[in-house]
Amino acid sequence: MTALLELEDVEARYGPVHALHGVSLAVEEGSVVAVLGPNGAGKTTTLRAVSGTVRRSGRIRFAGRPLDRLGAAAAARLGIAHVPEGRGTFSELTVWENLRLGAYTRRGSIQPELERVFAYFPWLAERKRQQAGTLSGGEQQMLALARAFVHRPRLLLLDEPSLGLAPVLVAELFRIVRELNEREGLTVLVVEQNAHLALQAAEAGYVLEAGRVVLSGTSAELTADDAVRRSYLGY
Amino acid sequence: MRSRILVLFSLAVVAAVLCLLPFILSDYNVSLVAQVGIFFMAVLGLDILTGYSGQISIGHGAFMCIGGYTTAVLSRDHNTNLFVTMLIAFAICFVVGLLVGLPALRLSGAYLALVTFALAVSVPQLPLKWSSFLGGRDGVQTSEAAQQTATNLWVYGVAWAASAILFVLAWLILRGRVGRAFRAVRDSEIAAVASGVELPVYKTLAFGISAAFAGVAGSLFVLANNGFAAPDEFGIFLSLQILIGAAVAGLGSLWGVLVGAAFVGLLPSVSSSVPVIGSAHGQDVVFGAAVILVMLVLPEGFAGLVARLRKLAGA
Amino acid sequence: MATAETSRLESLRNRSAALGAGSTPIVMLLLVAVAVALLVGSLRSATFAQLTVQGLAVGSVYGSLALALVLVYRATHVVNFAQGELAMATTYIAYQLIQWGLSYWEAFFATLAIAFLLGTVLEVTLIRPVLHRSVIAAVIVTVGLFVLIDGVVDWIWGGDFKFMPSPFGTRIYHVGSVSIARLYIGMFVVVIISVLLVWALFRFTKLGLGMRAAALRPAEAAFVGVRVEWMLALGWGLAALLGAVAGLMAEPSQFTLEPTLMQPILVYAFAAAVLGGLDSPAGAVVGGLLIGVALNLMVQYVPAITSELQAPTAFAVILAVLLIKPSGLFGHREVRRV
Repeated sequence: MTALLELEDVEARYGPVHALHGVSLAVEEGSVVAVLGPNGAGKTTTLRAVSGTVRRSGRIRFAGRPLDRLGAAAAARLGIAHVPEGRGTFSELTVWENLRLGAYTRRGSIQPELERVFAYFPWLAERKRQQAGTLSGGEQQMLALARAFVHRPRLLLLDEPSLGLAPVLVAELFRIVRELNEREGLTVLVVEQNAHLALQAAEAGYVLEAGRVVLSGTSAELTADDAVRRSYLGY
Repeated sequence: MRSRILVLFSLAVVAAVLCLLPFILSDYNVSLVAQVGIFFMAVLGLDILTGYSGQISIGHGAFMCIGGYTTAVLSRDHNTNLFVTMLIAFAICFVVGLLVGLPALRLSGAYLALVTFALAVSVPQLPLKWSSFLGGRDGVQTSEAAQQTATNLWVYGVAWAASAILFVLAWLILRGRVGRAFRAVRDSEIAAVASGVELPVYKTLAFGISAAFAGVAGSLFVLANNGFAAPDEFGIFLSLQILIGAAVAGLGSLWGVLVGAAFVGLLPSVSSSVPVIGSAHGQDVVFGAAVILVMLVLPEGFAGLVARLRKLAGA
Repeated sequence: MATAETSRLESLRNRSAALGAGSTPIVMLLLVAVAVALLVGSLRSATFAQLTVQGLAVGSVYGSLALALVLVYRATHVVNFAQGELAMATTYIAYQLIQWGLSYWEAFFATLAIAFLLGTVLEVTLIRPVLHRSVIAAVIVTVGLFVLIDGVVDWIWGGDFKFMPSPFGTRIYHVGSVSIARLYIGMFVVVIISVLLVWALFRFTKLGLGMRAAALRPAEAAFVGVRVEWMLALGWGLAALLGAVAGLMAEPSQFTLEPTLMQPILVYAFAAAVLGGLDSPAGAVVGGLLIGVALNLMVQYVPAITSELQAPTAFAVILAVLLIKPSGLFGHREVRRV
């Protein structure tokens, strides 16, 4: 069974600065995969390489289709949703408008999609007209997740979802992510500094350092690994 | 040391050529090259502002207007020596430039462009209001004596002599502490402040100097125009010409200024002799199109071209 | 790395930005006060009323051009110095269409479509390639366009006066002792309708939402699949369309068509845009109306300000606003450099 997402020797750069030096990874459909590593390892860049928001080279295949030449809009249309670091909510727009933007690439009415989203995030329905910038950090993160989910993506790219959130909210967030994964079959690739959390939620993981994959395996394997335990799990 | 000799040599060549031209060219063409000299000063002024202190101005025609009117009014009322009027124009415009530079401190990019644009449109309107003193729509004419003196050849000589003086002045300023401060401001304001450069002083100073240069250009502009200063002579188009000259010149290259001034001073006249587009309107078309092309193809102007050529030559 | 703090700061900042930093209520109060003052003045003096009406009419034209400037600025951060000339050129196109036999309103709508196309094409061909390098370069391109368009129009149609039929006729209504030309009502209504339609586009359509998103946060907009570059081009197209409306409505009040039609109006439009806030569409329209009425009234009632001083007065307004409250009445963006 070919993976939903395959990266082979992907390089990426910001202007003259190389961020990825040949990253290879695979994400099976319906799984949750974590990307760990220290700051500056290239975790965010990896996600951006997938969603087409950074200059990259190398082979990227999504559901068998090459993504190499496609830009962000095309990637979105293929079913890749990217929740960037800092959530990427449009603070100046309302909750409803943010959600509507999530399904931008869809034609026609998105009422059924909205209903489903409100099923997972019931409190959002009441706040439709509220300006997104006035939501709390946690609520904005939920909104970002909801927005990503509106257009029924096949792959969700989550960048540092726990950043700036209270532990209770983080737990809730990951619970919803797991629910989306189990009930809707949503494949998730999550970048997390909080290795504990990530490995608990994920089935498998990759450890990135200085733009390269240095370690990979199932969550159990990674949790048991000495190096990982020392550097990222703190014991 | 070699490059210094080369520079001096090229300067000498230019000077020699300029001295010889009046003997070769017709009177009309002499007046054209004089125009180039006039624009040289104005573009040099703007280049100092934009290239060396990173502030944009689409309103230098306003300073030319002030300088021009200074000369015209002084000549008309007191028959002042024309050189003296130019010095006074320099001084007045320096002060006005400082005054404009003060509020400009708080503005950036697009907003500064906007304000200077509005300045360029507004200043020429002022003579219409104080028409008794400033001649209103009919303008101000220099004295008879002045008109006699300011022949095309005279203007040519004075314009280029003044250009040379201002060129040297600019060179001296830009070499020294002030110039280093200017460059620091242009490259990074944060770094400049961190290294102790007092931003407000230098940025305002840049405006003053830049305006003063344009003021002198304005004096000669009026003298070249038979000593006639009127609002219509200083429309927004003049400011646009200066800006375009600076854009073609590229930032930070004194040689580029010569090219930019020549472009602005000569292109309209050159294009008027071209058949189809040869009308007055055709000049605008060529001018506008040329600038757009330069921006698309060579955004750093002549200076950029030189830099690129230098890189190719492996220097 | 204080990531937790920074995101908390960010949400705080977002919240205060959303509330308009508390200035909006004051501004609304001021505007209401102005409206009341105008009403009272109009009731007491027929001249005042006429000047106000005329001011609102020309002000709406300024506002339309100002709105065009704001749209372009929001989308691409470029101050389009050629906006006025573009508007003038499209007005000439309308003139030509009428010469070729179209009725006024047929020419009107055709011109709007042509203007939209023209604006889009200009952005794609001339602005986009230069924008990658720097905004200033793009601004210089607009300056070049100013000159180029001026030349082209002069070349094709010549600089002499042309006569354009006024779609509103010369009828004058009398309300009490106040005479109101139908022309002014027409100008005002047409501009306001156009502005409202554009507003509706932005507010209620998916495309408008996409355009807003692209202008506000291009990076985030790209994440959801908005074709940011095309949205910017459309912004320019819409701006050109609004400019065309401004030009066409400016013309009837000038009675004759000549190439310098829009030049003073551009300055007033800049003043209006700055007054309203360069990134606020509503501000641009309100600013335009304010400037239109203010200039009219000042010329009449303030002896020192004669009609030649209108441009300098507008300049003074621009300067004053930028020094006192750079973001204008309704704007949010910071004007200063770091």
